[in-house]
Amino acid sequence: MIHPYIGLTEEEVKLMLQEMGLDSIDKLFEDIPSRYFLKKSSKYSKPLSEWEVRTHIKNILSKNRVLFYGRLFIGGGVWPHVVPSIVRELLKRGEFYSSYTPYQPEVSQGVLQALFEYQSLMAELLDVEVVNASMYDWGTALGEAFRMAKRVTGRNKILYPHYISPERLEIAETYTEPSKIKLEEYAQNINDGRIDIGDLEEKIGEDVAAVYVEYPSYLGFIPLNIKKAGEIAHDHGALFIIGVDPTILGIFQSPGKLGADIVVGEGQPLGLPMNFGGPLLGIMGCRMDIKLIHQLPGRLIGMTSTIKGERAFTMILQAREQHIKREKATSNICTNQALCAIATAIYLSLLGKNGFKKLGEQILARTKYMMEQLSRIDGVEAPLFKTIHFKEFTYRVKGKNSSKVILEMMEKGIMAGICVGKWFKELGESILTCTTEVHSKEDIDHYVKSLREVLEK
Amino acid sequence: MISNGYRQARWLEPTVFELSRSGAVGVDFPELDPELEKSLKNAFKEIPEDLKRNDLGLPELSELEVVRHFTRLSQMNYGVNSGMYPLGSCTMKYNPAISEELVDDERITYIHPLQPLETIQGCLEIMWRLEQILKEITGMARFSFQPAAGAHGEFLGCLIIRAYHRDKGMLHKNVMIVPDSAHGTNPASAAMAGYEVRVVKSDKDGCVDIEMLEKIVDENVAGIMLTNPNTLGVFEKNIDKIVDIIHGVDGLLYYDGANLNALLGKVRPADMGFDIVHLNLHKTFSTPHGGGGPGSGPVGVVEKLVDYLPPPLVEYDEKEDIFYLDYNRPKSVGKIKMFYGNFSVLVKAYVYLLRIGGEGLVKVAETSVLASNYLLHKIRKLKGITLPYAPESPRKHEFVVSLSKLYKETGISAKDVAKRLLDYGYHAPTIYFPTIVEEAFMIEPTESESKKEIDNFYNVLSKIIEEAYEDPEKIKTAPHNTSVGRVDEFRASHPKTMIPSWRIYKTRERV
Ligand SMILES: Cc1ncc(COP(=O)(O)O)c(C=O)c1O
Repeated sequence: MIHPYIGLTEEEVKLMLQEMGLDSIDKLFEDIPSRYFLKKSSKYSKPLSEWEVRTHIKNILSKNRVLFYGRLFIGGGVWPHVVPSIVRELLKRGEFYSSYTPYQPEVSQGVLQALFEYQSLMAELLDVEVVNASMYDWGTALGEAFRMAKRVTGRNKILYPHYISPERLEIAETYTEPSKIKLEEYAQNINDGRIDIGDLEEKIGEDVAAVYVEYPSYLGFIPLNIKKAGEIAHDHGALFIIGVDPTILGIFQSPGKLGADIVVGEGQPLGLPMNFGGPLLGIMGCRMDIKLIHQLPGRLIGMTSTIKGERAFTMILQAREQHIKREKATSNICTNQALCAIATAIYLSLLGKNGFKKLGEQILARTKYMMEQLSRIDGVEAPLFKTIHFKEFTYRVKGKNSSKVILEMMEKGIMAGICVGKWFKELGESILTCTTEVHSKEDIDHYVKSLREVLEK
Repeated sequence: MISNGYRQARWLEPTVFELSRSGAVGVDFPELDPELEKSLKNAFKEIPEDLKRNDLGLPELSELEVVRHFTRLSQMNYGVNSGMYPLGSCTMKYNPAISEELVDDERITYIHPLQPLETIQGCLEIMWRLEQILKEITGMARFSFQPAAGAHGEFLGCLIIRAYHRDKGMLHKNVMIVPDSAHGTNPASAAMAGYEVRVVKSDKDGCVDIEMLEKIVDENVAGIMLTNPNTLGVFEKNIDKIVDIIHGVDGLLYYDGANLNALLGKVRPADMGFDIVHLNLHKTFSTPHGGGGPGSGPVGVVEKLVDYLPPPLVEYDEKEDIFYLDYNRPKSVGKIKMFYGNFSVLVKAYVYLLRIGGEGLVKVAETSVLASNYLLHKIRKLKGITLPYAPESPRKHEFVVSLSKLYKETGISAKDVAKRLLDYGYHAPTIYFPTIVEEAFMIEPTESESKKEIDNFYNVLSKIIEEAYEDPEKIKTAPHNTSVGRVDEFRASHPKTMIPSWRIYKTRERV
């Protein structure tokens, strides 16, 4: 069969068999007991030409519905953001995307240096010294962080905040359950989202490996006394883990300065499209403390030199990893999200310190503006938490079922947000909504106007 | 041909930190409308001083500087698009360009995973259709697309085995059997899922030692993780016995699908008796490896294990002609990944499967196996190279030779030869894996390569072997034609000299 993806011609196949003294390829499969062979080959389809496949995929995709950019206000783990054109342009270079994990550093300096730069740029953002070359996403990074905390401290319990992403929590539970780590919730103030210090102090003890905080919280507010949580953790010999949406870090204090020992987070906002939820970029880093670094999962790239003394980059501390340590490894992770990390390196290089601060301002301004506008509508309580929000916030519509509001907004061509009342019963019929630099002021005004119409109906 | 004149680009490319010019910008934002500006002021007023950030150490570059920087870096990187990449166990086949183009469609990139169902029918349909094909190829009943890579799939598989035994009241099952030839992720995944790992040795044919297996399998065994063909490229001919032994104690068989390429369209894991399988879409199904991800490692299971798959699964309601997500999975092991997995990678695998077709898969298996055996046929005659285990048995899509004779006779190691191959414009094979072979050289040409390319690879390798006997110094100091010379790996990981970030570099510089 001649196919563009198969290298051998019919003639070459014949020549090769001849050279090997075989009369057919079947001879090479004779060691497999014949009863295992399929009687009929898989017939799901004939090979389709490039054009046929393009048509097929485009036709299926036409069943998706993309609204105007400014009409999508959903966050909750993946967020609409601007991705500068050159990010994808550069990722499409075949030398990058068609390469494997850089096992041969001498021919892989490009990926290695780009990943080193990702680690370094992310370390600047987070204000820690060490960031690994990526995890699958925030949720899995969180699960790994909890496991790491147990290995570092030898303790078994993790304290997590009430307003945590339910999806991340579920992943963390799946990850930690086999190693018998106990996850326990601590309270947050329902009025302003502050960490309930009394509750935290009551729950912390000699058995706690780590205290975890989300920054901003899943519901978009900043827990203002976050630093105190870290102090309490440290007073009791526990680690302090901060989970972060990095887009806040141009404006808000860094996890490093807030006392984090381990930082996890989601890198998707930094140069990756939403892609129906994946690929994402799991951020994971820690302080430069040998006790921590030796327990850090995932690949690490380091700067070093050649034997002759030129600068070079290579994978380091591989002795933590599965291919050396096997069942004693810090994690099983092998293939990670390298190309996504490179996207983020490109993105952060483009923005730089001023651009990154501006990004934060753009988002903060829109969040505040949208909350202010919504709160002026009769019957709308926005935001539910009386404190600072970034990118996301919750609101409630008096006397109206939240899923109904979302449905009616959709009829007006707006994806208004997601219902979070089922996760946080005390919040009732509440909607989590999200605004970023993709929305113009008119987009937000349009949202507000539409919600008003929905209420008046 | 032999020398193709390979010289990799040698930019003395500084890091982005060194390229920084104060005041340069690579991105601009719209000016804030006065009302937004006002809101921003209001917001700033509320932020307490100790929560404000004033020290952001990101570099400053123009857009063109960023483009050049990363273009230069890409030129110092080797991919399948640059040349033959016979990295065993990694199936570095061609990654079709059409896939890259199609996933840039905004009806993928600008779709949020939590949008209303009626707006994501296209995405769900692609997942559903891909699942139907993977079911057909493997014989499994259902798939979960959540795993982001092979190892992630293994972890999920182990969790499913655990959930199954708990459900059946077999709480004592706490041992996972793993062959000594297995990939490192297998034992690591089993341990992560709470299992004690028990290693079964390979016999003289490189297959699972059945006698030993019988001895070490007891009531506590939950299952076995197996690669077939195994990492030596040898088909586990006693698979029926292994199945009987493991099923005999109510254990389950896990199939590490990293090596499925050789069996595509010919033999299905389910028909061999496996209960769970993961596939590496970033190997077998041609989605790019991306320098280390993103990949995708979907997990398929037989009927009796479907209940344990993580939520949600994609379902199709024929009456309403609508695809939907089923979250109601009370027995599930729980979620292991945000949302539904690495979606755009799934699209690429689906595109590949349509392009190659059901018949094409058989050809992929056959030509990849032919290419590998042909290359082995030539290479095994080279001085200093031996073929350990079952010398009479054909290999599948990959093979492992030993360079230990060469090493003893010349002092040239597998690593040295690997480095010298780079000089000739080839990527090196996998070396020192599997660990049961000394000075292992694991070669997988894949179906993508032509006879001409395979022949030339052989010629280059044979020339290097000659060099090893005549001029070993040249090899020991290799590579010479790459962006940098041989890297000092020891210094890289030494606690005193280790530099994991620019920050650490700066502090070390100060000292
Ligand atoms: C045999 C085998 N099993 C499992 C894996 C793990 O897959 P991944 O790197 O996608 O996690 C690999 C590849 O690295 C492999 O070669």
